[in-house]
Amino acid sequence: MGLSNRRGWPYFLLFLAVFILFPFSLFQYTKYILFLVNMTAIGVIGALGLNILTGYTGLISLGQAGFMGVGAYTVAILSTKVGLPMWINLPAAGIITTLVGIIVGTPSLRLKGFYLAMSTLAAEFLLEYVFKNWESMTQGVQGLFITPPQVFGVHINNDRVFYFLSVSLAVLAVIGTRNLFRTNVGRAFIAIRDRDIAAELIGINVFKYKLVSFAISSFYAGVAGGLWCYYMTIINPEAFQLSISIDYVAMIIVGGMGTLFGSVYGAIFVVLLPELIQRLMEVLQPVLHMEYTFAAFKQIVFGVIIVIFLVFEPKGLAEVLSRLGSKVSNRKRKEAVQNESLPGTGNSKI
Amino acid sequence: MFSDGLRRPVDKTPSHLQIQGLSLHFGGVQALHQVDLEIPRGILFSLIGPNGAGKTSLINCVSKFYEPNAGEILFNGREITRFRPHEVARSGISRTFQNIELFKGMTVLENIKLGRHIHLRSGALAGMVYLGKARREEEMLEAFLDREILKFLGLTPIKNRVVATLPYGLQKRVDLARALSAKPEFLILDEPVAGMNREETQDMITHILDIKKAWGLTVLLIEHDMEVVMNISDWIVVMNFGQKIAEGTPALVQKNPEVIRIYLGHSYAET
Amino acid sequence: MELLIQVLIAGITIGSIYSLIALGVVLIFKSSGVINFAQGSMVMVGAFITYALVVQFKLPILLSLALTFLIAGLMGMIIERFVLRYLAGASLISVIMVTMGISYIMDGGALATWGSSNFTYPKLFPPFSMQIGGVKVSSVCLWSFLASMVLLVVFLFFFKYSKMGLSMRAAADNQKLAVVLGISARRVLSLTWIITSAVATAGGTLLASISALHVNLSYIGLVVFPVVILGGLDSVAGAVVGGLIVGSLEAIAGVYIAPYLGGAFQQVASFVFLLIILLIKPYGLFGTKEIERL
Repeated sequence: MGLSNRRGWPYFLLFLAVFILFPFSLFQYTKYILFLVNMTAIGVIGALGLNILTGYTGLISLGQAGFMGVGAYTVAILSTKVGLPMWINLPAAGIITTLVGIIVGTPSLRLKGFYLAMSTLAAEFLLEYVFKNWESMTQGVQGLFITPPQVFGVHINNDRVFYFLSVSLAVLAVIGTRNLFRTNVGRAFIAIRDRDIAAELIGINVFKYKLVSFAISSFYAGVAGGLWCYYMTIINPEAFQLSISIDYVAMIIVGGMGTLFGSVYGAIFVVLLPELIQRLMEVLQPVLHMEYTFAAFKQIVFGVIIVIFLVFEPKGLAEVLSRLGSKVSNRKRKEAVQNESLPGTGNSKI
Repeated sequence: MFSDGLRRPVDKTPSHLQIQGLSLHFGGVQALHQVDLEIPRGILFSLIGPNGAGKTSLINCVSKFYEPNAGEILFNGREITRFRPHEVARSGISRTFQNIELFKGMTVLENIKLGRHIHLRSGALAGMVYLGKARREEEMLEAFLDREILKFLGLTPIKNRVVATLPYGLQKRVDLARALSAKPEFLILDEPVAGMNREETQDMITHILDIKKAWGLTVLLIEHDMEVVMNISDWIVVMNFGQKIAEGTPALVQKNPEVIRIYLGHSYAET
Repeated sequence: MELLIQVLIAGITIGSIYSLIALGVVLIFKSSGVINFAQGSMVMVGAFITYALVVQFKLPILLSLALTFLIAGLMGMIIERFVLRYLAGASLISVIMVTMGISYIMDGGALATWGSSNFTYPKLFPPFSMQIGGVKVSSVCLWSFLASMVLLVVFLFFFKYSKMGLSMRAAADNQKLAVVLGISARRVLSLTWIITSAVATAGGTLLASISALHVNLSYIGLVVFPVVILGGLDSVAGAVVGGLIVGSLEAIAGVYIAPYLGGAFQQVASFVFLLIILLIKPYGLFGTKEIERL
């Protein structure tokens, strides 16, 4: 972080000011933008979790949506049936999901690659089944309503209020992830991804660390799910289907697997894309008449994007942006060198 | 009684590493057959033999990459035969790899830090918070590595280079650094100078001998370079077809007719 | 007793179709190590194209089937040539996601073209029914089972004994060596995808004949993974046996267990079964274990 860098201070303060003041602006589309930011923040937390597991530790999971569901239903049940406040429910969502993750992970993590993926796929379907059929707890397909808790007299699912909560948590999640990979636990994850046998031979308890990775990833998913519940105020099993798990995998692939900001870029991309398509369709609506066009078009575009990224840019947006970044800094360096060689040095503006 | 006619010195202190009756087979192939080895503390013990003799299989059994079919392995008198691979590393045995099992996408420093993983205590939570326990541990780790490992092996200038970009000789050195960073008592070197020229070999051997002396290490060396082996070993064991053929000091092993036959053929053995 | 026989017949019929679809997945894995998550979509699209040709273009059935095989084969070849070729040696997750992306494209395309309703499939088979243990077996079931079995046996022999089949196995096992021996890995790969698409189409038409035609048919692509794991990812015989077992188990679970647990337990049943297999014998009944070298 550029906090220790003197030159970064003004930019950071500006950024902070925008962040705090924007929700109060009178811009026409503020509410809509806040909605998008909130959805993205939830996505970022979920994507960070999945990236830790899949991108950094190399363990494929198709069950991220199911785990989010566990978090969401935990929050819903704790707030409606037990009446606990948010500052207990949200961490509880994370912890309960972590426990579920450990239960799922313990038998599964002995498996590798495809077989692990299948195990997580089975877990996903099983969780979906539980959400749909354990009606006494989850109300099944009807959905579970919660009354959103209030903060300073305003409901938490108010776009503006939720914005401060979700973005702060997303930032914390990013910082936590970054720190993790500066220490031995994070390094162990990467070692396991790259050469797990060698990792074991140099002293890393591979199974234990795989489980820790799974646990952390589940925690992130649980918190994301809990936030989702507070924002949507009604949750049903449909929100935690396999297609959502695939969305999350797409986020980390498009964003950049095993990179910190890849999770952020990917979440932004995957949240924004359907909105963009929706706007596009509204423009094209008079021209096209087909019934299921939106859902179908969205699916096709999503599929095309995934294929294009995997064929042309498998390292994702993080790689694209870092290449652009180094081109810009190279150009600046070239300019600086050129300016120095001119007589009278480059400080004069004449 | 051994094939070189000498009796082993009687030593009452337990040997550092002891292997008894070790056997290993893959399907129909017998990789190791009832191998006995005793390695006392502080010596440079070499294992030689033609390709396929079972040398790497032996050390793979010690580090538990392979599960031996029979026999015992004792380290400091304690049985480690049933240990899992990471437990072997934790008990003070460190090794390098014939094929350099480094994490090629990471930097030199990160690889070496991984070598010291078993001594690091910060958990996931401490790591994510970072400020405090984890940061202190990282700083101490870097200081230790700079001081004792990087400088010693001349790796400081390249410590932030990604391993995949390094030439073979340097990668071998990083592998050694990684093995040493755990400050083991027992070091297994699997062909540390394979593929190196005279100069690189000389450097590497000097490093190994220096650190052995400085830390009082016991070294188990597998090598094909006979000049190196004969010059630096305290004791040599010769293997062939998964069995121990001969053992003794370099001078004695060199004169052993079996050994000569294995390496140079029948005609030489006769002379 | 009668109920059990009915259930088993239904299970084995659908199981034989599972075997056929699983065969496609096994073929692709055997020849390129790719795990095809788009198999279900290929099944669904194959069924729809046949339907379109028969019902909308009013072509005779056999011609429609032949044309569909051609079109499906072409699609398979395009997938291999323009997408998967660029992912040679890529990580497992990339390969899974790329086939997932392809399935999204196919599903979206089918949805856009035909919409989200149920269609009745034209009668492809001459009516002929028989009785087993006092239970009437419909002609569709009978013909599906027969067609699946015949195709499966053909493929078993193809792989084991034919020159092309041997080439495919060789190319899958060791590409470099196969090339040296004159086997064009590229041609083998294209052929594999063409065959798989054709197999998927066959499976699709049979499946749609038994149940109904709907874009959701592509879910079969996921349901088929328990089959592939039970049988072994690289085993053709495993696909056959696995399909029949999973089909029967699903049918039994649907009738005998679901009433107690509620909901669509049938679908989850095969995945519960999958978990059990993964715990006991992850490489399946006939699969080969991967060995790692240091």
